[in-house]
Amino acid sequence: MKNQASVLYAPAADSSSAPHQKKEFTISVFTENQIGLLSRIAIMFSRRKINVESLNVSPTEIEGISRFTIVIAEVEEVVSKLNRQIEKQVEVLKSYYNVNEDIVWQELAMYKVPTSVISEKAKVERLLREYGAQAVAIRSDYTVFETVGHREETDGLLNALAPYGLIEFVRSARVAIIKDSEGFHAKLKEFEQHEPSQEVIENEFLDKRDEVFTM
Amino acid sequence: MDTLEVKEAAEPQTEKSRSLTGSQALLEGLLIEGVTTIFGYPGGAIMPIYDALYDYHDKLEHILVRHEQGGIHAAQGYARSSGKVGVVFATSGPGATNLITGVADAMIDSTPLVCITGQVFAHLLGTDAFQETDVVNITAPVTKWNYQITDATEIPGVLAKAFHIARTGRPGPVLIDITKNAQLQKFDFTGYTPCEHIRSYRPAPKVRKSYVEQAAKLINEAKKPFVIFGQGVILGAAEKEFKAFIEKAGLPSAWTILGESAVETTHPLNVGMLGMHGNYAPNVMTNDCDVLIAVGMRFDDRVTGRLDKYAKQAKIIHLDIDPAEIGKNVPVTVPVWGDCKETLPMLTALVEQKEHKEWLEKFRELEREEIKEVIEPELNPTGEVLSMGEVIKILNELTGGEAIIVTDVGQHQMVACRYADFKKTRSNITSGGLGTMGFGLPAAIGAKYGAPDRTVVAICGDGGLQMTIQEFGTIMQFGAAVKTLILNNHFLGMVRQWQQLFNDKRYSFVNITSPDFIKVAEGYGIPGKSIDQRADLRSALKEMLDHDGAYVLEVMVGKENNVFPMVPQGCSVSEIRLK
Repeated sequence: MKNQASVLYAPAADSSSAPHQKKEFTISVFTENQIGLLSRIAIMFSRRKINVESLNVSPTEIEGISRFTIVIAEVEEVVSKLNRQIEKQVEVLKSYYNVNEDIVWQELAMYKVPTSVISEKAKVERLLREYGAQAVAIRSDYTVFETVGHREETDGLLNALAPYGLIEFVRSARVAIIKDSEGFHAKLKEFEQHEPSQEVIENEFLDKRDEVFTM
Repeated sequence: MDTLEVKEAAEPQTEKSRSLTGSQALLEGLLIEGVTTIFGYPGGAIMPIYDALYDYHDKLEHILVRHEQGGIHAAQGYARSSGKVGVVFATSGPGATNLITGVADAMIDSTPLVCITGQVFAHLLGTDAFQETDVVNITAPVTKWNYQITDATEIPGVLAKAFHIARTGRPGPVLIDITKNAQLQKFDFTGYTPCEHIRSYRPAPKVRKSYVEQAAKLINEAKKPFVIFGQGVILGAAEKEFKAFIEKAGLPSAWTILGESAVETTHPLNVGMLGMHGNYAPNVMTNDCDVLIAVGMRFDDRVTGRLDKYAKQAKIIHLDIDPAEIGKNVPVTVPVWGDCKETLPMLTALVEQKEHKEWLEKFRELEREEIKEVIEPELNPTGEVLSMGEVIKILNELTGGEAIIVTDVGQHQMVACRYADFKKTRSNITSGGLGTMGFGLPAAIGAKYGAPDRTVVAICGDGGLQMTIQEFGTIMQFGAAVKTLILNNHFLGMVRQWQQLFNDKRYSFVNITSPDFIKVAEGYGIPGKSIDQRADLRSALKEMLDHDGAYVLEVMVGKENNVFPMVPQGCSVSEIRLK
């Protein structure tokens, strides 16, 4: 990860007024479950020298359809063009990009700490309560907790636990729900029809020539 | 856009199941897809396919090239001259990696290809087996689609998908990597059904009438409308529709080098070539027009020059089948996405009949200036040394603009595109986007197989020809009647020109020596001649064209001639230099 990560995770509202400034975008890509597609999508970012901050791929509610959730920090115009290129991939059904205001998102973090520290130090217990951590495994030598939340929240507990002998830490990629999405079932039906789909990008350029960014 | 080739074979084959090997199933599939010609080179991991091919040699013509790069360029030339899908075979490892330049070239120039590569046995994948390369991943960024087959039962379905993807929408290269076990494996072949639909793949976006109407409105209100067109017109087989459109609205039209032959050279609305070495008028007028209508072109940087000074005064209409192209480089006022075969007639119906005589005359004024300053001295030089332009001029006179011109890359390419006459579409075959030296000769061989009744002239420089000169061997063995015209200036001329203009004449490694090309050709059994006198030019060209079969003509041209006009890199198109 690049060292400007702290900037990237600044609240999006701060930068939303500046279209040429990089901000955090979550790209949700619905695809066929196909070997090699992960690599095809990944190289579209590396080709443009865009660092992927977080990447999650998993099956969706529809059998055979996978969902990529990709987080990057970029200016909107670059994201919008990249999004079209992603959609062009033969096995991609649809790709959306959203700013943080448009989505509900979570990351899962797990913390392995010595059980002795928890049983002895009241402050640690308080911290765990404060961050809503849940124990998922308790052994005599170590205990594994999990929290779910935004990056700042999981980071918060990570930093708080560091002085108490944190043994291991891991965090999942972001998963995100698009607030105004109506699900993918209806879209899929369209795609399965032989006729060309209505599902094409909206014309964001119409009559906005001067405002449009060029590379 | 679907090409015509599958129509006859579109009936799904309903034969009863029979036991075939994966290799046989592949060849059966190729036949049903209408393939007649394959370019390729055998090797260990593709041997089962070649073994099966032995029994199909009367139905599938296989051209054994001398290098896989030659094979894929030939397949590209074939696809470009015929409008069909080009097919190339190569083995695993080095065979496959030798294809890559051509795959990248086909990708950027939207050429429909199906590349079949052999691969090591499935159980050896990932073991660094002999001639194992991760071809699917290496080619991922330069293919429209690719797939590795490890089980023979996948072959019919995947092949059908490959042809569908390669030729529909914005065409492109597709690669299928087949492990050796799948080639050998027997299975119950139940027939081959061409693919018509893939749910995740939308070849063409749905046309929106409202945008067509807005585009027509802009064109009707325009005082200075200007059309720039590219290969999309040819790929969409929309040459007639395009001409009907520009003729009704009286629109001066300029071409990218890939779009060139879509409109005949002498058409009164054809105002010439765009871009870095294009014509003066279309470059200057790009920054003077009020409505710029781009049809099936992608605003390559060699066409636009400096983007922040490109057509800023104009409203821009962009017709393209690929939505990702719209707004990619140049912001667009009205996007008309869709197949131009469909959108152009809709637009033609809505535009008013106009002539724009005064506006067109402005192009002609600038053209006269270019003729005086550049074209006349190039085509009718007074000095002793021969110019590339005068060679093309006489070639035009002798072919009547009927020939297919295939070029390599460099100065001769720009001169050929600038000065060659075209009467028919699919006649200018050149490596546009990738600028692949070595493209010319093998692509010309393929073009000849794609259009056997036409004269095919490969125009090559002394540098580029040496990159794929081994393909003379392919001509020797299979007899493609390609006319190779070498314009020899003893330099890597385009780089030398830049070094002269921008690097203070520091000629760094552009001085290239050549073999005696005519002796080399003779070694391959191809007759030829080398000339350096103007007096011999016409008769030598005539001899080349009249010869029944392949021929090599080398013309010694001026060593330090430059191609002008020129839009220097980083400059606006209207800053084009005449000298």
